[in-house]
Amino acid sequence: MAASLKPPARGERYKSLFQIPREEWFVSGHRLCAGCPVGTTMRMLTKVIGPNAIIVNATGCLEVASTPYPYTAWRHPWLHLAFENAGAAASGVEAALKVLKAKGRLDRDIKVVAIGGDGGTVDIGLQALSGMLERGHKVMYVLYDNEAYMNTGIQRSGATPWGAWTTTTPAGKKWRGEWRPKKDIDAIVAAHRVPYVATANPAYPVDMANKFKKAFELTDEGPTFVHVLIPCVPGWRIKDDMGITVARLAVETGVWILYEIDHGEFRVTFPVKRRKPVKEYLKLQGRFRHLTEEEIQKIQEMVDRQVEEVNKLVGKEVIGPVA
Amino acid sequence: MSSEGSLPAYYEIPPGGAIPEPGSSLKYKTGSWRVLRPVINQDKCVRCRLCWVYCPDAAILELDEEYVTSKGRRYKITYKVNYDYCKGCGVCARECPVNAIEMVPEPIGGEE
Repeated sequence: MAASLKPPARGERYKSLFQIPREEWFVSGHRLCAGCPVGTTMRMLTKVIGPNAIIVNATGCLEVASTPYPYTAWRHPWLHLAFENAGAAASGVEAALKVLKAKGRLDRDIKVVAIGGDGGTVDIGLQALSGMLERGHKVMYVLYDNEAYMNTGIQRSGATPWGAWTTTTPAGKKWRGEWRPKKDIDAIVAAHRVPYVATANPAYPVDMANKFKKAFELTDEGPTFVHVLIPCVPGWRIKDDMGITVARLAVETGVWILYEIDHGEFRVTFPVKRRKPVKEYLKLQGRFRHLTEEEIQKIQEMVDRQVEEVNKLVGKEVIGPVA
Repeated sequence: MSSEGSLPAYYEIPPGGAIPEPGSSLKYKTGSWRVLRPVINQDKCVRCRLCWVYCPDAAILELDEEYVTSKGRRYKITYKVNYDYCKGCGVCARECPVNAIEMVPEPIGGEE
């Protein structure tokens, strides 16, 4: 077994886990909850993008947990921002780098990576994100989506799925958890006609690394967007060690479809031949514990519809029926 | 705040609260959070790298140490747990494809 294979050159793809660089850029000692897959994702992101990047981070779990003053888990130049302005600040940093380069005061190619949670992207920061995409700033935006405001104590966000319990969508006799469907942020971003939009999942590390790499490289042409599903240990009411398992089940049940939109071309990167019933994904999570059989059936139908839409978009059956 | 127990004066803090030292969280040992500790069975381990990839805390070390298993298989790398930072979440043990990682209760009193 080789110790470590060489990482792929520009434009090439990761083929093996052993191509991921060993050097850590998001180091230990951060205070994310035990078992939080954000740590996994950020380690992968920073390894893939390498040292020539500036990270712009909207408020969220990651920002709070990775930089409790005077400590920081980041080895990149890193900016802390408010919820609403990750897109705006990333635009500013990118513009400043462009000016420095034009004046000849910067000879290296430094790129900007913005990171936001679902609250900071789907709800509060949507306007700034839309502006950034519209103006065509060359920024890679990473959305880590744990499907509620977990940092402040599990309040619903636009990304909370139907039926999920949160503290602001409680589950009782009358209220049955969140009653609105999840906002399709990828479609909103893709509607800006950006070069690259992708969904990723920490349980599929090679696929995720490839998407980060492609998004990072395609910032030469314009803004790119990667949407990562992050199971939240306290917020989804799962066990510490279940984060990656639940993330994988999201893909296997068709709740989370791994795809990329490369210059308008839609492609499913991880086809699922036979889907598992959505119940297997839901039953592991305490936030769906209150659901009745009929309500689970309703979620199954919503997932079926989503799969059907994707299959129609691709033109053939990439995500199979429920086994 | 600082590990020495004394707070810096206001004029010692860089403007904007900037943190001049990258990766300074290494000074903060999260290993004390742990209730269960992962123990890697080096004979069972097939060096697939998954625990190293999935660990959210970068607490699995990938070392260039040779290891020969009891069956005579030679590996060039060894995976070890960095107990200074491991929070004991158990993701490595759950995701290990050959069940080479076991979660055992942390010794009471915290002796290493």
